Amino acid sequence: MMNSKLQKYLNTPTNSAPLVVFRLFFGIMMLASIIRFWANGWIEKLYIVPKFFFSYDGFSWIQPLGNFTYVLFFICGLTALCIAFGFKYRLAIILFFLSFTYIELMDKSTYLNHYYFISVLSFFMIFLPANATFSLDAFINKKRYVQIPKWTIDGIKLLLGIVYFYAGLTKLNSDWLFRAMPLKIWLPSKYDLPFLGETFMQQEWFHYAMSWSGMFYDLSIPFLLLYKRTRIFAFVVVVFFHVFTRVLFPIGMFPFIMIISTLIFFDANFHQKIINAVQTIYSSVKIKTIVVKNYTFSATTKRIIYPVLGVFLFFQILIPFRSLVYPGELFWTEEGYRFSWRVMLMEKAGYTNFKIVDLKKGTFFMVDNSDFLTAFQEKQMSHQPDFILEYAHFLGDHFAQQGHKNIGVFTESYVALNGRLSSVFIDPKVDLYQQKESFKHKDWIVPFLSEIKIKGI
Amino acid sequence: MFKKITFLFLISVVMIACTSSEENDPMLTDTFDRGAMLTNIADNIIIPAFDDFSAKLAVLKTDGEVFTGAPNQTNLETVRISWFEAYKSWQHVEMYHISKAEELNYKFHMNIFPLTVSDVESSVASGSYDLNNPNFHDAQGFPALDYLLYGVADTDAAILDAYISDANAAGYKKYMNDVVTQMTSLTQQVTADWASYKSEFVTKTSNTATSGVNKLANDFVFYYEKGLRANKFGIPSGVFSTDALPRNVEAFFKKENSKELAMEALNGVIDFFEGKSKNENTGNAIGFKQYLIALNRQDLATKISDQFVIAKAQVNSLDANFYRQIGADNTQMRRAYDELQKVVVLVKVDMLQAFSVSVDYIDADGD
Repeated sequence: MMNSKLQKYLNTPTNSAPLVVFRLFFGIMMLASIIRFWANGWIEKLYIVPKFFFSYDGFSWIQPLGNFTYVLFFICGLTALCIAFGFKYRLAIILFFLSFTYIELMDKSTYLNHYYFISVLSFFMIFLPANATFSLDAFINKKRYVQIPKWTIDGIKLLLGIVYFYAGLTKLNSDWLFRAMPLKIWLPSKYDLPFLGETFMQQEWFHYAMSWSGMFYDLSIPFLLLYKRTRIFAFVVVVFFHVFTRVLFPIGMFPFIMIISTLIFFDANFHQKIINAVQTIYSSVKIKTIVVKNYTFSATTKRIIYPVLGVFLFFQILIPFRSLVYPGELFWTEEGYRFSWRVMLMEKAGYTNFKIVDLKKGTFFMVDNSDFLTAFQEKQMSHQPDFILEYAHFLGDHFAQQGHKNIGVFTESYVALNGRLSSVFIDPKVDLYQQKESFKHKDWIVPFLSEIKIKGI
Repeated sequence: MFKKITFLFLISVVMIACTSSEENDPMLTDTFDRGAMLTNIADNIIIPAFDDFSAKLAVLKTDGEVFTGAPNQTNLETVRISWFEAYKSWQHVEMYHISKAEELNYKFHMNIFPLTVSDVESSVASGSYDLNNPNFHDAQGFPALDYLLYGVADTDAAILDAYISDANAAGYKKYMNDVVTQMTSLTQQVTADWASYKSEFVTKTSNTATSGVNKLANDFVFYYEKGLRANKFGIPSGVFSTDALPRNVEAFFKKENSKELAMEALNGVIDFFEGKSKNENTGNAIGFKQYLIALNRQDLATKISDQFVIAKAQVNSLDANFYRQIGADNTQMRRAYDELQKVVVLVKVDMLQAFSVSVDYIDADGD
C-alpha cells in the first residue's frame, strides 16, 4: 500500500507550462538532430555501407533495413515534428521512442550516452500529458488543461539530475582527478583554437582545473538548478559549460539538447512567457477552447503507469552501479561501462587483429579487418571485449561457410588507456570461437596490469 | 546572497584545483612548433626524396629509350641498373599519399605487386591498353618493368630476343616506354605540385582531418602497416593466407633485390620518424619522435626507436632473396614480420593516441 504522503505527492497539481514548453523544444531539437544526421550522410556511412553490424545482447534481430533505413529516419523526424506541435502526441511519442531506439539498437558501434538518454527520456514522455495545452491536440479537441500532476515534471528533472550527478560520480577516480586524464591528452591537441589553443590548452594546471571543475559541475548542477536562488546562476554555468565543451569536442547536438532541457527547472511564469511569445505569432486565430483546471490520470491508467514508471526510475538509479559486481578494472574490461553516464572518461585505443587457425593442422592466417568493418567500426571493436567476441564469432562463421574446417579464432590485441603504454588486451591463447557472450565476467580479458592503477568509482 | 556564496565557492574550488597542481608540476607551454616540424619534413625529407626520385626516374627514362632504340646486352644492363636505382628511391616517396599524389592515385600506378603478367602480355600482343584504367594498376609501374627487364624469358639472350626478333618485339618496346612515360609524367606532376603545395602544407598545422600533421600521421601509419609490413613481408610469408605466397615478393623477377628494396623502405620510415634529413641539412631534426618527446612521451619515443632497431636487425639477417628465404625458412621471415608488427601497435595505438589524431575520417559525434 502506498503511504499517504506519496499518495498526496502524486496528486499534487502544478502548472502545465514547463512540460508543454519542454515538449516543444524536445521536438524541435530531435527534428534538428535527425536532419543533421541525414545531411551529414551518416545514415549511409553508418547504417548502409557496413557489411556487418554489432548488436546488443538479445537484440541481434534488430538490423538496418537497407534503403528502408531512410524511411525509419523519416518516421523518426516526422514524429519529432508532431511532438513539437503536440499533434497526435501520444502516438507520435510512442513511434518516436520506437524508431529512435530501433536506430540505436541497429549497431552498437554508434553507442553514445546522449542517444541512450534520448531513448530513456522519450520512453518516460510516453506517459506524460505533454500535450495538455499549447498543442494542436488541445486546439483540435478544443480542450486544454491548466494544471497537471507535479510528478510528471519532477520526473524529467530527476532524469536530467541522474545524468549530471552520475556523470559527476564517475569522475571521482584517480585518472580523472590526479592525472587529469584524458583531458591532458585531448586539450593540448586543441592547439589550433583561437586565443586559448596555444596558451591555456597547453598548461598542465589548466587540465587539472578543467577536470576538477567538470567534476564539481556535474555533481552540483542538479541541486543548483533546483534551488530558486541559484537557478539563474546555474543556468549561466550550464550554458557556458556546454558551449565550451561543444567548442572543444565533437559532441554534436548534445550540448544544445542539455541547455534547452535544463530550462524545465525554471518556474511556470517563465514558461508562460515563452508560450505567450509564441502565441502572439498566431494570435489572430481565435478558437474557443474549454479550459479544464486539472489534468488527472484515470484510476486504471494510474494502476499501470505508477508501477511501470516506478520500476523504470528504480532501474535508472540502479543500472549505472552494475559495474560493481564485475571483477577487474572497469575502464579496461568495460563490463558495465555503457548506460552509466560515464562520459569522456577515457582515451582508449586498441589494435585487434584476428587469427583464423585450423586447429587440426595448426596452420593459420590473419584477417584484414577492413574486409568486413568500416574504419569507424574497427576503431570501436578494437578496444571493447564484447565487440571483439561478437566479431570473432562472425569471422568464425564466415570462414566456416567458406569451407574452412576445425576453425579456431584467436586474437592479437593491444590496448592503450589514458596515456599508458599499450599492453596485451585479450588472452592470445583463448579460442574466442568457443567463448559465449553472457553477462558473466569475461575471463579471457588479460587483467589490467599497468603500475598506474585507477582508483575510485 | 546564496548566489554570491555559491559563486565564491566555485571560484575557490577552481583556484584550489589550480594551485594544488601547480606546486608539483612545472609549467608547460606549447613550445613545440608544428610548423617547424612540417617545414623540416617538407624541406629536408619529402621534397629531397621526390627530387632524388625524379632525377633517377629521368635516368631510367633515358636509359629505357636507349635500350628500346638499340636492344643489346650493354643497354639492357644499363637500364636494369637505373631501374633498380629508381626503385630504391621510390621506397622513400610511396608514403606521401598527399595532395596531388592522392588526387592522381599516384602510388597505384607505381608499385602494385604482384604483377598480372597476363595483362602485360595481352597488352603487348594487342597494342591496345589504357594505363589509366584502374584495372591496369597491377600491370604497370616498377613491377611491370621488373618483368620486362628480367621476366619475359629465362636468359638474357632470350630476353633480348623478345625486343629484337620476337613477333611482339615492337609491342614490348612500346609497352616499356609507355610504362616509363606514365611513371615519369605522374611523378613530374606530383613533384611540381610539392613546390606550390609546400607553403600550404607547412601552414596547415590545425588539428583537422586535412591538416598536414594529421595527414602525415595517417599516411605514415597506413604506409608502414600496409605498404611495408603487409605487402613486403606479411603477404608473401603467408600471414594473411593459408599458405605462404612467395611469388608475391617485391621484384619477383629479380628476387635478389627484394630485401634491399624492403630495407630502403624501412630506413625511409625510420628516418621519417626520427625527422632525419635526406639531404645534408642535419641541423634541425624535428619529426614525430621529437613531437612525442614534446608531449612528454619520451617513454614511447624511445620504445618505438628501440623496436625499429630490433626489427631492422631481424630484416637484415634475412636472405637477400626473400623468395628463397620463404622457401628455406619461413619462420625467419615471419619473425621479421612479427618484429615489424610490434611497431604497428606502438605507432597506431600509442602514438596516434598521444597526438590525439583520429585514424579514420568519419566525423561522427563522440560523447
